[in-house]
Amino acid sequence: MNLTTLTRTARIAVLLTATAAGSVTRAGTPAELLAGYAAQGTEAPSPKAGQQFFNNRHGREWSCASCHGAVPTQTGKHASTGKPIDPLAPAFSVERFTDAAKAEKWFRRNCNDVLGRTCSQAEKADVLSWLLTLKPGM
Amino acid sequence: MVKRQLISIAALAGAPFLQPAWADEDAARGVPLQPKYQQECGACHAAYPPNMLPAVSWRRIMINLNQHFGTDATVDAAAAKEISTWLNANAEVGKRAREAPPEDRITLAPWFKREHDEVPAATWKLPVVKSAANCAACHTKADQGDYSERNIRIPR
Repeated sequence: MNLTTLTRTARIAVLLTATAAGSVTRAGTPAELLAGYAAQGTEAPSPKAGQQFFNNRHGREWSCASCHGAVPTQTGKHASTGKPIDPLAPAFSVERFTDAAKAEKWFRRNCNDVLGRTCSQAEKADVLSWLLTLKPGM
Repeated sequence: MVKRQLISIAALAGAPFLQPAWADEDAARGVPLQPKYQQECGACHAAYPPNMLPAVSWRRIMINLNQHFGTDATVDAAAAKEISTWLNANAEVGKRAREAPPEDRITLAPWFKREHDEVPAATWKLPVVKSAANCAACHTKADQGDYSERNIRIPR
């Protein structure tokens, strides 16, 4: 085995490890996802800022609340198709924010619709920190 | 409603001349929906059966997902390929496919208008209906791709 082959083998090993790690982080808890978003910001996540961000419009027609409702503890409704949307707050819909890739996909689509850009990690952290304060019986 | 019942009776009696263009119950029950398609496309709207549009419309839709009727509906490359292949294989090829509907909107297709001409204007405006894209408001098994007459419940 020459050096080039060795390097290639090592590179593949690194790739495989990264892929395996990626699939491990896919399943998680909302708290873990929040920690991941928060780790990339400089300030602690703010539920209050998250609530405002969620309910404000950002220069476009829709806010997050347009589809999810102002307090997303109940079934929402897609603003153009009318299709029901499961509650966004994790305490009311167990699958929410348990799959990092799925959460990323929806942030990508929906932030583009609401803001015309991607959301920052800090914005995601703020919103999720607010969603995690929403509990039954409040 | 009376007309619907008449049509059902006629269908049971095997009187095809009284049936609307797509009242064939087998056709209306459709092909099984691809799980990836249901997951990616059925989250925001009914997972419309692939034979509601010709292949040319599906192709345009799939390459323009970043501007999908006013929203970002992008999927990753692997999903796009999987869904496109399935849509292409199951797209409408019959007489409905002769012309792509305006804007590739199912609801603007002549057959769609014909099939829904007996639905009162007030029904379309009900909050539980909201949009002609909200198939499941009346087609109770739309999520399974089933648009058969027997599974229609028009809200009042």
